[in-house]
Amino acid sequence: MPYLGSEDAVRELRRALSNPNVQSDQLRYRNTVLKAIRAMSQGVDVSDLFSEMVKACATVDIVQKKLVYVFLCSYATLNPELSLLVINTLRKDCQDPNPMVRSLALRNMTNLRLPSLVEYVEQPLAAGLRDRAACVRRVAVLGWAKLHNLQPDAEIDAAVVNELYGLLRDPDPVVMVNCLRALEEILKKEGGVAINKPITHHLLNRLKESDVWGQCEVLRILQRYHPQSEDELFDILSLLDASLVSPHPPVMAATLGLFLGLCSGLPAVSLAALERVRGPLLAACGSTSRETRFTALCHIQLLLRSLPGLMGAHYKRFFCGYAEPAYIKQRKMQVLVELVNDENVAMLLDELKGYCTDVNPETAQAAISAIGRIGRSYSDRCLEILTGLLGLKQEHITSAVVQTMCDLVWVCPQCSDTVCSALEGCEEMLQDSQGRQALLWLLAAYGERVSSAPYTLEGFIDRVRSEASLGVKMELLTTTMRLFLCRPSETQDMLGRLLHYCIEEEMDMCVRDQALLYYRLLHCGIEETHKVLHGQRSDPSLGVLIGRPAEPINQWAYSFNTLEPLRQAGVETEPASRGSPEHVTFDPKPNTDLSDTLNCSQIEKVNLGSDGASGFTCSSAKVLAPLSLSLSPALSPEEFEHLWMQRHAEQGAEKLEEEEEDYVCLEERIQFPAIPPCSPQSLQAAMQLVNIQTLAFTPPHTLPWRVYLYTHTHHAHYGSTLVIGELLYIGEASRRVAAVKKGMEDGDVVEGEQEAGLSGRALVRKDGREEEVEVTLKQQPRDDNALKGFLSILTTVLHTLSSESS
Amino acid sequence: MISQVFILSSQGDHLIYKDFRGEAGSDVVSVFYEKVTALTGDQPPVVMSHGDLHFVHVRQGGLYWVATTTSPGSSPFTIIEFLNRFSALVKDYCGSLSEKSVQMNFALIYELLDEVVDYGYIQTTSSDVLKNFIQTEAVSSKPFSLFDLSNVGFFGAETQQSKVAPSSAASRPIQSSREQGGRSEIFLDVIERMSVVIGSKGVVLKADVEGEVRVKCFMPSCSEMRIGLNEEFSIGKSQLRGYGAAVRVDECRFHQNVHLDEFHSNRVLRLCPSQGEQTVMQYQLSDDLPSAPPFRLFPTIERDSGGRYSPRVHAAINVCATIPVPKGSVSLSQELSSPDQSAELKLQNRAIDWKIPRFIGGTQLSALFKLEVSGLSPSSLMEVGPVVLVFELPQLTVSGLQIRFLRLSPVQPAPSQRWIRYVTHSDSYILRL
Repeated sequence: MPYLGSEDAVRELRRALSNPNVQSDQLRYRNTVLKAIRAMSQGVDVSDLFSEMVKACATVDIVQKKLVYVFLCSYATLNPELSLLVINTLRKDCQDPNPMVRSLALRNMTNLRLPSLVEYVEQPLAAGLRDRAACVRRVAVLGWAKLHNLQPDAEIDAAVVNELYGLLRDPDPVVMVNCLRALEEILKKEGGVAINKPITHHLLNRLKESDVWGQCEVLRILQRYHPQSEDELFDILSLLDASLVSPHPPVMAATLGLFLGLCSGLPAVSLAALERVRGPLLAACGSTSRETRFTALCHIQLLLRSLPGLMGAHYKRFFCGYAEPAYIKQRKMQVLVELVNDENVAMLLDELKGYCTDVNPETAQAAISAIGRIGRSYSDRCLEILTGLLGLKQEHITSAVVQTMCDLVWVCPQCSDTVCSALEGCEEMLQDSQGRQALLWLLAAYGERVSSAPYTLEGFIDRVRSEASLGVKMELLTTTMRLFLCRPSETQDMLGRLLHYCIEEEMDMCVRDQALLYYRLLHCGIEETHKVLHGQRSDPSLGVLIGRPAEPINQWAYSFNTLEPLRQAGVETEPASRGSPEHVTFDPKPNTDLSDTLNCSQIEKVNLGSDGASGFTCSSAKVLAPLSLSLSPALSPEEFEHLWMQRHAEQGAEKLEEEEEDYVCLEERIQFPAIPPCSPQSLQAAMQLVNIQTLAFTPPHTLPWRVYLYTHTHHAHYGSTLVIGELLYIGEASRRVAAVKKGMEDGDVVEGEQEAGLSGRALVRKDGREEEVEVTLKQQPRDDNALKGFLSILTTVLHTLSSESS
Repeated sequence: MISQVFILSSQGDHLIYKDFRGEAGSDVVSVFYEKVTALTGDQPPVVMSHGDLHFVHVRQGGLYWVATTTSPGSSPFTIIEFLNRFSALVKDYCGSLSEKSVQMNFALIYELLDEVVDYGYIQTTSSDVLKNFIQTEAVSSKPFSLFDLSNVGFFGAETQQSKVAPSSAASRPIQSSREQGGRSEIFLDVIERMSVVIGSKGVVLKADVEGEVRVKCFMPSCSEMRIGLNEEFSIGKSQLRGYGAAVRVDECRFHQNVHLDEFHSNRVLRLCPSQGEQTVMQYQLSDDLPSAPPFRLFPTIERDSGGRYSPRVHAAINVCATIPVPKGSVSLSQELSSPDQSAELKLQNRAIDWKIPRFIGGTQLSALFKLEVSGLSPSSLMEVGPVVLVFELPQLTVSGLQIRFLRLSPVQPAPSQRWIRYVTHSDSYILRL
């Protein structure tokens, strides 16, 4: 900022600089120059002093020389003519016996950035390359790069390029690295410095001589090298192994970057490298520098995309410190959400709960939404915490909790009961528009279950005149309409008032149009309205987080160790907004599906070891619909037997009924340790919990062991179906690995089953002690999604049982 | 590749600005300050973009140290590490890191920058190399103080006090040692940072210790230094603990100049320290502390709220306990056990700050806080706690690491002074209620 009287100050300085008395006294001269530079760095325009400064350049005092150079380099572009005067002094300095003076002159000569001076600079630069002092050579090498960028169109001097290539063998490591840098810039059009085998090996062998910065540079440039054989590749890798665990984060990151580049075709090696950097990365997460910590956290998020289990045991390292800034806390929470498993979930939630009352509202909100994310797999515990938080009666917490519940219900419909009962009395705590919008959405979706819904809406409608937020008004219209459909008598009057207000008085075009739309819709009759407005209440395709498939490393390797991971504000872990398409696994009973999903991740690890693509198998195979089971109408044992035998007979006879689309039979194997020990009673009780009725058992400890069961599935869109089934355990001896026999016609489901079979095999390979139950299911009418949903519930129950009994 | 480097004060004053590649004008300095002050709480500030230009910055000594780059593929680790290293260099050369010291030594800092970075490429940050090039003398910003005299006894006699290095002794420019007046001193600091979470029943839920051994050398020439650690020092979880008080750490990393040939047999580190400060060894230990945590808390909260607070063990200084209180707390009445303590209610942070300047080892302190809360509900008690302690424990390492000896060889001709200091501090010692 130029301050008042800056012109006076400049005039004063000029007078002092040209005063012969000052010039003869070295100390005074230096101090005057110092004053000028100080003024410059404070933002005062002192370019008028240029000619005086040029004179001040000719001095034996090195400190003063350096100061003057700082000045000259800043203002040279404004005074090209006067700068010519400096060149003479600089060229003379290039002959100085003191190497420091030589390097200084050479550096500043090239820093003037004046294309007109190039002809004077070339000769000293060429001499500088052959100087006996390393510090001069360092400067000269980079000087050529500066020169080239001054005239990017000029012809590249092949002699210089050759000399620079020759200097790669310079004994000074900085000169060597500078040569790489200079060649990289000069030969940019040709794709940078040529990296061939001898150069690569030379650079690798001398890697240890360089300091941290040099090593990073060399490792970065080596990324372009493609080893000619696998042996050579592994030689390079083993040479770099020590750098991979370097205590300096830049070297560690650069080495890992190189590893990932070299091993892009060898996922197993890349994964091993990721495991190896875990220690150094964790150490960087505990660094004293907050910025280093942040960088490490962002990169850990990248790594977790491919190796979700990498940091699981170290979750405590990601607990937030009290004094940490909010942006680090938020990143740590994003990482913590990824690390949840059944051993640490209690500790983790306890810790996150502590952050919810943080003074910083952003941190509190981030903690609450993190709990919501964990709620997708551990809904009961999380809902308990969330409803507890509502008791605090604080605006920002309540708002965050309601928004989180909104997101949670969207993916976990089974939470809706708890959420509905928690909603009562929230509305007076909600001040911000997002919170109120979320509340309105919940009322629209579950209005029939919240007894006070019409009263809440009435309050909103009474205040609609003073409502500032567009979003809230739109949401209010929709909510009132939807509530009107399920509770017409209570809502009719207020709907009328709201529509009247919105059509007659509302100034905003969007709201008015929306209201008119609804008004006309109502004219079409209640049936039509219902059809239009009956929206989805949940989107099952949004996933449970721990079932998320591991991405192949190549998906993010290009952005590793760049600024990109630090910039994107945690896109991949942001709470998913309603309606975003994200196709991952969904399990209807996520709070009990742990062993199942954990096994999934193991499979993925096993598979990724051999080939990356098959890692998706088990997750993408099931995209399920929300499903509820019920026991009514009851099925008597006789009817069951009749149905079972009839279907059996049909199947046995022939698959004639190609046209009979309403029936399906499915056989499946479920990996399930130790069935026989579990008692019929506990099995029956467990099945009844999820509305599956068991009809008949063989006694425990007999082989083959059978259970017959049935249930009805109810689906939001497709109506209900009857499922009857048999569990068969044939014992260790006769176990076969072959997975599925199919009694149905649909080709794409068959494909799904085959994939499931594949994962089943992987499990057997992994743990031979696990046993399998053969499940035969029959369904009427046919509904593949419902059947799969049922199967996964059944699997979950069996797993829960086995984990309890063991 | 770095395009520009600049230093800003926390008010946005331009202190240092250097353009290496001429890719952007100096107006980006103001752009940066506008951006960094306009960030909302959930936006990470470390990397910001303005057109093609990317700002990477760190905060050290209350200043913004900013580097800009035009290539998004630059390594963030490298740039951040460089900025940290650069600020450490400035601290070494200027003695301390503050707006004032940067302002006074701007010529020196320009000189440093000139040697450290050329055309946006980092050349060297080693103080051994730099000391040959840096000519400007540091201007010390420390005013003359009468307190300095308190170290000298009557008639110049040596008192007990004068044998202890004042805490400010290490914060002076390294170059002054070049002059005759400069003392030839070496400081060896063992610094441990701990972060602890203690559950409501006194169970340690999490304990992390990050330690480092730091050498700050003011000797103009020092050929070799030998540092002896505890002989029982062991690394990794696998090694069984002996019967003695073994010192164990999970992981340990050494500076690349450290020779470890005697480490495996005798736990001796050999190195040739360069002038200025460097971290010789870093280690960390989690979960399994060899000793009980230094503070414990016995809280009681009643409806007419009161709390008893009784930490114990080790002498500590500058203890500050922060106790969150319910929203709507209006006023605080307190009973503290000694007059030098103070407590105040910070409504903005919804917390009581209880400051204890000095805490004698093995003692208990108690305090009773009564809060008046408007609109108290049962759930308000949920908002009380966890208590956070911030403290410093001098002369103590939680891990038990000790320096057996510090030898310089060959023996210095001039009288040299060696100081070994231990400190453990924590800014995240969380006690759940």
